[in-house]
Amino acid sequence: MAAVPMRHRSLTLLGAVLLIQVLALAVQIRTKSQGRLIRVWVVEVVVPFERAGNWTITKFRGVWNGYFGLIHTQRENAELHAEVDRLRIRNTELESESAESARLAALLGFRDAHPDVPMLAARVIAASADSSSHTIFINRGEHDGIHRNMAVITPDGVVGKVFEVYRSTSQVLLLTDKESGVGALLAGSRTQGPVGGVGEPLMTMKYISNDENVTVGQQVLTSGEDQIYPKDLPVGTVTEVKTGTPFKVIRVKPAARLDRLEEVLVLLTRQELVRATGPETPAPANSLATPVKHEQ
Amino acid sequence: MSAYSPTETHIEVHKFRVIAVVGVTLAALLIQSFLPVHFPRARMLDLPLLITLYFGFSRRNPSTGLLLGMVIGLAQDSLGRSAIGLYGISKTLTGYLASSFGSRIDVEHPLSRFGLTIAFYIFHQAAYTLTQRLLLAQPEAFFTTHLLVAAAVNAVVAVAMFPLLDKLRLPS
Repeated sequence: MAAVPMRHRSLTLLGAVLLIQVLALAVQIRTKSQGRLIRVWVVEVVVPFERAGNWTITKFRGVWNGYFGLIHTQRENAELHAEVDRLRIRNTELESESAESARLAALLGFRDAHPDVPMLAARVIAASADSSSHTIFINRGEHDGIHRNMAVITPDGVVGKVFEVYRSTSQVLLLTDKESGVGALLAGSRTQGPVGGVGEPLMTMKYISNDENVTVGQQVLTSGEDQIYPKDLPVGTVTEVKTGTPFKVIRVKPAARLDRLEEVLVLLTRQELVRATGPETPAPANSLATPVKHEQ
Repeated sequence: MSAYSPTETHIEVHKFRVIAVVGVTLAALLIQSFLPVHFPRARMLDLPLLITLYFGFSRRNPSTGLLLGMVIGLAQDSLGRSAIGLYGISKTLTGYLASSFGSRIDVEHPLSRFGLTIAFYIFHQAAYTLTQRLLLAQPEAFFTTHLLVAAAVNAVVAVAMFPLLDKLRLPS
């Protein structure tokens, strides 16, 4: 082993002794805010390495999350898209149920307003496969007491009449069909004239004299003359009036929303609908989930 | 025990009994802590420093000098209220330098001893103050009139005391 010169040995010893004492001193000394000096030193020595390490880890994590982690992100994204689709469908279902509840509530309210009139709630299950005819199918038939020429209405107004009856279903001819017609009158003047379909969304009111004062917006009601529809049910509203030869040409917009029918009421009688007096107390909407049949 | 280098052959290295070194050191520490109680002006004396210088000059071994300086300094710190290590560091450096100087120049002459004591006293105070400033963040003044007076007083005491301590040397 090479001999260490005396001077170097003493210098080494001096350095060691001084270092020990400085460290011992640092252990004792407390700074005003940072605790013991030794801690301050250690922290100041260690912190740059910690910062460097933290910076490295942060960058690495950023790269990992930004690139390699995208594998999981893609899968997660696909899952989220599927979840969004499921939720959209569910939302549509709920909106549909909400709208149905509102419609059923309206039907229930209408039925309760006419307690003496037997009527049957029915659900629209299909429409006509023939685009030239305006008909629908309902889920009530012969077993439910449905007969031909029974009036079909909604709380908004007349829908049409039962055209064909089957065991458990019936076909309803809408007012807008070319073969359809309803005895009607103009509200206010009580001038009568049949209203029939022409295969379009709007109907026509016939045989109204040119001398008759008809205004746009005037309401058209059933007259009861056709022996099918009770009197004074809303048929529609006048939307256009022209002078014709020899009668006025009057266009009527159906009161019932015939293009959005889902639930209807089948009147089991032709007696006049008289709104019941006294406060209405509509039952909960879901009480119509199973429609109540009123026998004639 | 002594060590000789080719350049140091003409310098005499003095030996002391261990008990003499320990006894003198303890006595210096006791007097240093006792005297100012009755004579406040005695505070300017630094007998532990003078002992460190004397044994450093005499032994002329830097390792022994710095270790003795460290022990004496730490003992002095222990008797005071300051952080332990302040006197330890300054006396370690002083003991090391005194031993180094003692192996190169004549430290036997009274004038030499007077001058060296003044120089080392100032160096010792500078090291002490610097350590205070760096580690304790206590802004102490480096050079004051009091420092110069104290250095002179200690030098005078050293010139008077060192011959007495010379009597403790073992015969070569």
